[in-house]
Amino acid sequence: MAPRAIFPNKLLPYLLLAPQLAITAIFFYWPASQALYQSLLREDPFGLSTQYVGLANFRHVLNDPNYLHSFQVTIVFSVATAVLAMVPALFLAVMADKVVRGRGIYRTLLIWPYAVAPAIAGMLWLFLFNPSIGSIAVMLRSLGIYWDPLLNGPQAMILVVAAASWKQISYNFLFFVAGLQAIPKSLVEAAAIDGAGEMKRFWTIIFPLLAPTTFFLLVINTVYAFFDTFGIIHAVTGGGPGKATETLVYKVYNDGFVNLILGESAAQSVILMVIVIALTAVQFRYVERRVHYG
Amino acid sequence: MIDNRPSRRIIAHAVLIFGVLIVAFPIYYTFVASTHSLQTILRPPLPLIPGSHFLENYTTALFGGIDRIGGVGVDRLLWNSTVVAVLIAVGKIFISILSAYAVVFFRFPFRMTFFWLIFITLMLPVEVRILPTYKVMVDFGLIDTYAGLTLPLMASATATLLFRQFFMTIPGELVEAARVDGAGPWRFFWDILLPLSKTNIAALFVIQFIYGWTQYLWPLLVTNRNDMGTIVIALRKMISFADADTEWHLVMVTCILAILPPILVVVLMQRWFVRGLVETEK
Repeated sequence: MAPRAIFPNKLLPYLLLAPQLAITAIFFYWPASQALYQSLLREDPFGLSTQYVGLANFRHVLNDPNYLHSFQVTIVFSVATAVLAMVPALFLAVMADKVVRGRGIYRTLLIWPYAVAPAIAGMLWLFLFNPSIGSIAVMLRSLGIYWDPLLNGPQAMILVVAAASWKQISYNFLFFVAGLQAIPKSLVEAAAIDGAGEMKRFWTIIFPLLAPTTFFLLVINTVYAFFDTFGIIHAVTGGGPGKATETLVYKVYNDGFVNLILGESAAQSVILMVIVIALTAVQFRYVERRVHYG
Repeated sequence: MIDNRPSRRIIAHAVLIFGVLIVAFPIYYTFVASTHSLQTILRPPLPLIPGSHFLENYTTALFGGIDRIGGVGVDRLLWNSTVVAVLIAVGKIFISILSAYAVVFFRFPFRMTFFWLIFITLMLPVEVRILPTYKVMVDFGLIDTYAGLTLPLMASATATLLFRQFFMTIPGELVEAARVDGAGPWRFFWDILLPLSKTNIAALFVIQFIYGWTQYLWPLLVTNRNDMGTIVIALRKMISFADADTEWHLVMVTCILAILPPILVVVLMQRWFVRGLVETEK
């Protein structure tokens, strides 16, 4: 940090920091440390007896086929959501970069799903695809497709992925548009003069120069799919049918609040924290590099 | 030169219009459904144009009270969501601007320790520590209160980081000049720093308002009473696939009313929204 003019005051800075530190301590550090502590205990659901069990909860969770299944579900869900949210967004952004007139209008019309709560996004899609009253579901059935996301696992997954990525397209679109605007036009023109066609220009110049944006969005979308989509899963499928859409966050909630397996839920929380820290670390390493692209 | 024939642009426009239609369709269709009677909705496929029950459905939902959620009207839910979103946004901005001010413009022992303590919270979304945080809420008696709905979501490192970044671009000469003119730290904060931060505050407000409005897991946990629920949570409670008595027309009205305020904020404050989005993620 550059040396700068400062105020000589002993007490004031602590007072200024106090509100944030108090909230952080009460709602972040205390609960996080409790999660750590509880992950080492085994407690019966009524909280009558508690026993220190070391890492047994972690061993148990990591060997639990249900947990590993939920891990798998989360990975499939995140990758599908990230791809489905980023590819159309990039495509639309490239198109928006071409048009001269109306760019602002398109942006306005494309950004509003960002304001829709994930849970509501899920409900909107569920309303379209609900087997009994969904209009699109009726159309699918009249085409001879057996469609029932409430009973069929893969179809339930398709539905939540569609809802989750639909909501995220706006966000990705904005960042891709900004990324495209930062690419020097002279580079693209030079390639055009050298005879590179449109596809070639995209894959050899535009796409590599967009790589930082793409990578950044990949991390953001993964974090989004991991954590912010709880609402979609809870509102649309409730983790079901079976456990077909039970993601890691949903399982923490389900085991802790519904099934009251406290120790294991805490152990799962700790594993999630490790995942978030890893993802954040990746994101920040990247941010350091992004500075060069300005 | 780059090929810029009109045909290319027409294709681009066509693709964009198609994209807009796909993106807007679920929202449009929900709006259409909200103007039809329950009977029409239960007999899919639904027509693509709005029906004639607009006024009737909206007044029933807004002021009639909805049975499935204990007779609470949507007006109450909208009020709750607005209070929660505004409190979170204002609270976050308030505590972050103060702490960023302390970290940038003062020198005191453990300054960087405190900064890192705040910074690390970036890595702990509420989803990963729900149970213990819930317990804290119970211990403080904050279940079913606005404080319980908002306080744990207020502390976030993003806003503090944003303000810190911005404050560091303010030239030291400005601070020097203010001090020479006899301004103390409060005066400097009110008369110089705050006016300079206006754009950042607006941008953050939009982002945090949306964040607060769209919360799901937390309000789900800390509210039991129907009249303290946010509109998003109430909506979930209104839907049941197990029994047939879901009042879909009212659900659709509630959906539209639940997404309208944040969409208005995003569209009307678009300039700050885009800025806020890009800045907070840096």
